[in-house]
Amino acid sequence: MIASHSAQSATIEPEKTHVVLEHAFPRPLTACFWEPKNRYIFVGSEDLGISRFHLESKEIVAMVGPHESWVRAIASTPDGQVTFSGGYDGRLVWWPTDAEKPEPIRVVDAHQGWIRALAVSPDGRRVATCGNDLAVKIWDVESGELIQTHSGHQWHVYNVSFSPLGEWLVSCDLRGFIKVWPADGKVADHASPQVATDQPATADTVKLISRDLPQVESLYKYDTTFRAHIGGARCMAFSKDGSRLAVGGVTNVTNAFAGIGNFAVALVNVADGIVVVQFGPKEKVNGTAWGIAQHNQGFWTGLGGGSGGGWLYFWRDDIAEEFFKLKLKSDGRGMASSPDEIRIAVAHADRNLRIYALHSAPA
Amino acid sequence: MKCQYACGSTEHVTNRRRFVSGIASSAAGLGLGGLLTGNPAIAEQLKGKQKRILNVFLHGGVSQLESWDPKPGTDTGGPFRAIPTSVPGVHISELLPYTAKQMHHLAIVRSLDTKNNDHARGEVEMTTGHKQIPGTDYPHLGAIAAKMLTPQRFPLPGHILIRGAGSGSGKAAYLGPKYASVVMNDGKPPQFTERPASLSVESDLRRNQLRARFNDRFAGRRRTADTDAYTFSYDQAQDLLSQRQVFELERESEVDRERYGKSEFGQHCLMARRLLEHGVPFVQVNHSNYDTHHENFDFHIEQLGEFDKPFAMLVEDLNQRGLLEDTLICVMSEFGRTPQINARYGRDHWGKSWSVVLGGCGIQRGAVIGSTSDNGTEVVDRVVDHGHIVHTILQAVGIDSTGEFNIAGRKYPVADPAKGSIGELLA
Repeated sequence: MIASHSAQSATIEPEKTHVVLEHAFPRPLTACFWEPKNRYIFVGSEDLGISRFHLESKEIVAMVGPHESWVRAIASTPDGQVTFSGGYDGRLVWWPTDAEKPEPIRVVDAHQGWIRALAVSPDGRRVATCGNDLAVKIWDVESGELIQTHSGHQWHVYNVSFSPLGEWLVSCDLRGFIKVWPADGKVADHASPQVATDQPATADTVKLISRDLPQVESLYKYDTTFRAHIGGARCMAFSKDGSRLAVGGVTNVTNAFAGIGNFAVALVNVADGIVVVQFGPKEKVNGTAWGIAQHNQGFWTGLGGGSGGGWLYFWRDDIAEEFFKLKLKSDGRGMASSPDEIRIAVAHADRNLRIYALHSAPA
Repeated sequence: MKCQYACGSTEHVTNRRRFVSGIASSAAGLGLGGLLTGNPAIAEQLKGKQKRILNVFLHGGVSQLESWDPKPGTDTGGPFRAIPTSVPGVHISELLPYTAKQMHHLAIVRSLDTKNNDHARGEVEMTTGHKQIPGTDYPHLGAIAAKMLTPQRFPLPGHILIRGAGSGSGKAAYLGPKYASVVMNDGKPPQFTERPASLSVESDLRRNQLRARFNDRFAGRRRTADTDAYTFSYDQAQDLLSQRQVFELERESEVDRERYGKSEFGQHCLMARRLLEHGVPFVQVNHSNYDTHHENFDFHIEQLGEFDKPFAMLVEDLNQRGLLEDTLICVMSEFGRTPQINARYGRDHWGKSWSVVLGGCGIQRGAVIGSTSDNGTEVVDRVVDHGHIVHTILQAVGIDSTGEFNIAGRKYPVADPAKGSIGELLA
């Protein structure tokens, strides 16, 4: 294990990114989530359920029981009280984040087939899920009630994300079709424009309606040799100001079944769906983008994993090619930023959770 | 090549009969169009008489862990659950919910160790039952079935391969080219089975009568194996022309076409049912592709999602129509996939411990033969391989797999003499 060190006052320098901690788990990891209160990192693995990793003590607590499958969707409420796990068994589970021995608060059979992603609204009142039943669902965090089921996707829904101010929920499917939904679940209709108001706009009278963005075509392909579809938003995140949506996946696929394709992140203008820029590696690397996040200093960090190995990439100023990249020890499968955005956690295929600091190492 | 008639093999006796009868049927021409139809009476006639084989080949190597031998919760198990089937105590992957309801008609062999991780070799060995040896060709199961199960004066090919676009076919090797597969590319009727619009029925008939007379005269003086094969090809083409409607899926009801689904594989399964109902001795349906080195789980959702319902529908229909008693079903691949999951969520080639499904034609319903270790990395009970599978298939349809073919005086074993059938599967 590599010892961590305090970096509260460190200057962010992506070019100095280095490993500050690595911790092995029993099985290959598939996902990670950094809890907002900076106490834990939750991980999913090739196992049933999730694990809670305490950042100070390094204690691992297995959170198992309700799930009968892998879990790759994890998130917590902003106050850190409740953590959610969404499994490939279609189950959505509410957990007490910091209970000594976490027992499920609530278990809901949320989707038919896989839950591929979940997201918690910025106010912590809603949790959204999506999956292979083509549905996007919004749940009440407090009561567990299903508030709204959004249908309309014709392909497996790969990702969901709330906008930073919480007014919109965005979903993206296998073929890169993006839908924008009202985050409160109250859908008026499916026509444009984005916002319809027939009265003065107040919190009570603003009437939000859903809309579709153009397909991000570069992130989807039907492989005619293997007769299979490949694509989808393997990672997705809004920009800090909510004006752009980063959708990551794989592009230029020439052999879907061997993983021959380059990882890519399309930066989509939320207002009109135009792809402003497509981030990718300067030197083409086979793989899939499994994580994307914008730093509060403006640059974007992306995680790649695949036959080209594991990589962290850094892009800025709408420039397609990276200004820095870091080769990782193993394929990355999930990425999460620390609440203070000084560190990044990566769930690796070699069973390790690694934490990377975005600054220079101590002398 | 001069024909050695003195050998007196069945091969040539049959060939001579076909040669003569072929002319007769050619003379009858298109008038024989109704000889075989899809009506239940014909199915009733077939029932209990002629054996048939349906081979579903899942190209690329289907994962046994995502299909017939799930290991949920283990380090190799992957994300899918196991579900109960219509056979108490037998579970298969949740990716096969429709097939699970038909498992009381089928049997699983969970203990294949074929010691091979190569696609081409795996396809050859699984479909011939012989270990591949450079420079030696063995006949495909379909060729053996066509030779041994095709009734006399049968107007359709005995060995039909239905596949999506792509290459490859079932070789007949020393059995002769007439037993090689007739291919339905993209499920379309075999090539050149439609009379050109510019050729009238009468002109076609006169043309063939003239050709038959010339052939007869020539055969009377200088008959060779080559000319026989040539004549056979013409006769078969004539027969195919007269039976064109057998290959026309649109003759199936819209209800059935909906039931089987609009996917390519669904329509191919319906075509397989149609061909089997018309008595074709061997039909292979290929489904592509399962070679999932990358994102095995996503792709198995997609591919088995296509496979499951139509296949289950086909099993159910064959049973309901009384054809399952005489139709051997097999679901095979080149090999299975690694229990170990790679860094890209893929599974690689694995011949060491994987599964094949058999059913019908006296195969023990609901049986499970052999087993693998807790995480599927090795066979722990009743190791078998391609040789045993092919012996079992052939014996189930009444072919003595321990016998020999006599081809021009040279003897070839029907199946690998070093192997035998899985006796406990045969009723």
